[in-house]
Amino acid sequence: MNEMSPVPESRQDREAKLEGMGCRRKRVEDVRFTQGRGNYVDDLKLPGMLFGDFHRSSYAHARIKSIDTSKARALPGVVAVLTAADLKPLKLDWMPTLAGDVQAVLAGDKVLFQNQEIAFIVATDRYIAADAADLVEVEYEELPVLVDPFKAMLPDAPILREDIADKTEGAHGQRRHPNHIFTWEIGDREATDLAFRNAAVATKHLIPYQRVHPCPLETCQSVASFDKIKGELTLWGTFQAPHVVRTVASILSSIPEHKIHVIAPDIGGGFGNKVGVYPGYVCSIVASIVTGKPVKWVEDRMENLSTTAFARDYHMTAEIAATPQGKVTGLRVHVLADHGAFDACADPSKWPAGFFNIVTGSYDFPVAHVSVDGVYTNKAPGGVAYRCSFRVTEAAYCIERAMDILAAKLGLDPAELRLRNLIKREQFPYLSALGWEYDSGDYHAALNKALDAVSYPALRAEQKAMQAAFQRGETRQLMGIGVSFFTEIVGAGPSKNCDILGIAMFDSAEIRIHPTGAVIARMGTKSQGQAHETTYAQIIASEIGIPAADIMIEEGNTDTAPYGLGTYGSRSTPTAGAATAMACRKIKAKAQMIAAHLLEVHHDDVEFDIDRFVVKGMPDRFKTMKDISWAAYHAPPPGLEPGLEAVSYYDPPNMTFPFGAYICVMDIDVDTGVCTTRRFYALDDCGTRINPMIIEGQVHGGLTEAFAIAMGQEIVYDEIGNVQGASLMDFFLPTAVETPVWETGFTTTPSPHHPIGAKGVGESPNVGGVPAFSNAVNDAFTFLGSQHIAMPHDPWRVWKAAEALGLQG
Amino acid sequence: MISGSFAFYRPHTIAEAVAMLATHGDAARLVAGGHSLIPMMKLRMAMPDHLIDVGGIADLKGIKRDGSDWLIGALTTQAELIADQALAAGLPVLRETALQIADPQVRNCGTLGGNIANGDPGNDMPAVMLCLNARFEVTGPGGKRSIPARGFYHGAYVTSLAQDEIVTAVRIAALPPGSAAAYEKLKRKVGDYATAAAAVALGLQDGKINFCSIALTNLAPTPLWAEAAGQALIGRAPGAESFALAGRLAEEITDPSSDARGPAAYRTKMGGVMVRRALARAALAAKT
Repeated sequence: MNEMSPVPESRQDREAKLEGMGCRRKRVEDVRFTQGRGNYVDDLKLPGMLFGDFHRSSYAHARIKSIDTSKARALPGVVAVLTAADLKPLKLDWMPTLAGDVQAVLAGDKVLFQNQEIAFIVATDRYIAADAADLVEVEYEELPVLVDPFKAMLPDAPILREDIADKTEGAHGQRRHPNHIFTWEIGDREATDLAFRNAAVATKHLIPYQRVHPCPLETCQSVASFDKIKGELTLWGTFQAPHVVRTVASILSSIPEHKIHVIAPDIGGGFGNKVGVYPGYVCSIVASIVTGKPVKWVEDRMENLSTTAFARDYHMTAEIAATPQGKVTGLRVHVLADHGAFDACADPSKWPAGFFNIVTGSYDFPVAHVSVDGVYTNKAPGGVAYRCSFRVTEAAYCIERAMDILAAKLGLDPAELRLRNLIKREQFPYLSALGWEYDSGDYHAALNKALDAVSYPALRAEQKAMQAAFQRGETRQLMGIGVSFFTEIVGAGPSKNCDILGIAMFDSAEIRIHPTGAVIARMGTKSQGQAHETTYAQIIASEIGIPAADIMIEEGNTDTAPYGLGTYGSRSTPTAGAATAMACRKIKAKAQMIAAHLLEVHHDDVEFDIDRFVVKGMPDRFKTMKDISWAAYHAPPPGLEPGLEAVSYYDPPNMTFPFGAYICVMDIDVDTGVCTTRRFYALDDCGTRINPMIIEGQVHGGLTEAFAIAMGQEIVYDEIGNVQGASLMDFFLPTAVETPVWETGFTTTPSPHHPIGAKGVGESPNVGGVPAFSNAVNDAFTFLGSQHIAMPHDPWRVWKAAEALGLQG
Repeated sequence: MISGSFAFYRPHTIAEAVAMLATHGDAARLVAGGHSLIPMMKLRMAMPDHLIDVGGIADLKGIKRDGSDWLIGALTTQAELIADQALAAGLPVLRETALQIADPQVRNCGTLGGNIANGDPGNDMPAVMLCLNARFEVTGPGGKRSIPARGFYHGAYVTSLAQDEIVTAVRIAALPPGSAAAYEKLKRKVGDYATAAAAVALGLQDGKINFCSIALTNLAPTPLWAEAAGQALIGRAPGAESFALAGRLAEEITDPSSDARGPAAYRTKMGGVMVRRALARAALAAKT
């Protein structure tokens, strides 16, 4: 029939119809999100469902002398109250963390951070549960509180973790103090020391990265429903990695893995906050087993900000050795990492400091050495990758600030110093001093394009004039220009170096083409807003020539989706995106056989062309993918199985290394410390671009979070461990009014090892954005001798920094 | 973040509401827009057993002139203050201040009466009321009375309003000719309370300041009327020097707490900066 078409469609029209890679296809999931028709965990209502709520610790460090739940139990509507004593016989009072530590599900003997979970109240509605939570009475004996990580390993520091106080060996080697978790070292210490001994110029500065929180709009939540007859558990939850949750739940509960059904429905943002396993999930499961009813647990905002995974709290001391001409010759970094009361970082298991060894950044350091000390404090556990790959935003911030400090010392322009040290295009694939093989890049082209886009020399001239006017007393405004050049490391990861609890960090895709040519595809990842339903369909559309509109993407149901490690660390495109392409290619190989059979030629004599197989040299003789799909079910070639589907589990050969050049122009009102972003230009190179509109959206969102972190976010504790301002009144979540206008640009350097050359982009803007903002604020004061002003750059801190420079009269 | 349980009432007349307050005593609270009280209830910092919603009382609404005075019903929302064209022309500082309160959703619910009567030092309207020497019209079991704003605020959430009284309206005298008012607010983001804010009114005659009133928001447990700072400018020429003097004098009466908006010393300095900037703007408006 196709052969009979009177007017053949142009190749361009056929291509456009697919809405494949490179198309600014609108996000299909937004049809439901923008109409309030999403289906989130808290939308779930099951018959007889009960509600759980926590009674939490008032103190940051205290011994629990007694817990009296009698008044709570007596409240009408309360069904059960669980404490550590109830979990202990089930061996569920403690749970393993992803970092090889254990965490108390409910505190038994002592509490280690304020708002720690002590009792789980289960009631017929959430109002009664909240009332009953107030009625639990706990008698405490207060203990000395450890808040400052720099005091954690002092000889007289209070010992926090009595459960492991005597263990001299931790999950990552020797512990030399009861509050010490690990020391992680990488690089060549001796060669680095030598580089510093021979250095003409050296800089050293403490660069802290404050404690912040991913703060997704939807908080963490779960519904557990245990079917006693079948012995099956169904768990709905806010899970970035549902398959891993199922495996962990099986190990913890001894319920066989195939009898656990984990479902992650729509998720309202994750940003790393929804990777780990939390006491609320475990308690909802236990409560459902105990009561025989479905049990829902929903965190409120204060619980989210003060108990489920924080990010950063990294205290980095960076040293750079260089020649007088500004060529870097060595990098040495020491990090003090505050992990809170339990080591619940969500890193690949062998990487206690994540991929912090990306800290040499985009520069050609001949030698480097890094050491990281992790310590316990009386704060909430976490240390997750908040919209970044593991500890990568910390590393990028560290090196980008350190380069600016070096530029100031050498009297060099920060952009010029970078141009002198960026890895050159011909050096790729580039082996870094700390062991990574960067896949591809053209750094000089990217930075030069960004400098041109903002007319950099003109900005510097304007800044100089403003500084002169400031010093003459004619203005109280200063101007800062922040340059940041970052290299991300994403797509965890190759099984040779990445696993979670022993499970290699591959990912997967399963694609099934139905007789009419409609496609259902399922992946082991899980979108939390990244628009996987749109972009995976575009990969498939381009790979096998079926319109994206005819392709449905499903994720998050462990019964139906192939096993995968989930979505975080910008890994979905590098891993599941690659698996998608590989599965498509298996399908295509079979389609080729079917097409050849239908066209009565040898399969070597047909070739793929957009949406069809064509007999070579005879464009009028073809079979479309739609024809082939029907034939696969109707009349498959002899000797070939019917059907048209494929599964791929993709173990990436390497990480991918997206990069970018960001420039921020900031106006600073010295009298109030208020900083206003005049201009922000972000150039990203994420390799092959699947959907430019979605990339721009990702960049806008990531830059907004970077802006929030650099300019205001902080989870603060007072000296006795009370968490301050754990609400959106104080925790800075910018609105559209505060958010700057973003300008975006790009270059395209495909990854040579990825099937479609894509690298991932979701987290780049956070990684590159934070140093751009911070460098801009710092840059405004550099001409007055300032070396480093710590984040967050909220007005009072900027005002104080100006005061310290003698600028406040 | 779930409030305790309470009984809910929605009276239709002022008398009915006053009677409910008298019946339930300290266990009752009035609610209008609810944007101060309900968050406090969710945090269980306020746990009233009886919540009396005055939203259905028609007599509490409306913006009117009474002679040259403005008489604004307590139930007037911030959004209504912003939308009223006569008020925008005659007393623009109210619109200007209302626009600085939270965001449009909050302003659609939040009321002038709630903003001034709750006694929250973070609220913006009380300082404007002190600055403009407003009076609060109040009804209780014993009838009506009128309380001057200057003298109404005694501490955080402590005011001259008796437990069984309701603020029904706010009365503000028109500004004298040749004068103008301004409100300057420093905040971290939309929806935030002021780090520091200043309400000023200033009159000019023959190039000299002949009238000046200054008040401060969120720089002490109560809004502050900086009487001396205002008085010091009488007879002076408007300009940076005069405004700096007023700023310094205003700083002297502040007593802010240190919080996430900044340490007390910074917030005090910002009080001075806001005074200077508000005076500069008011002086410009008074001239034109």
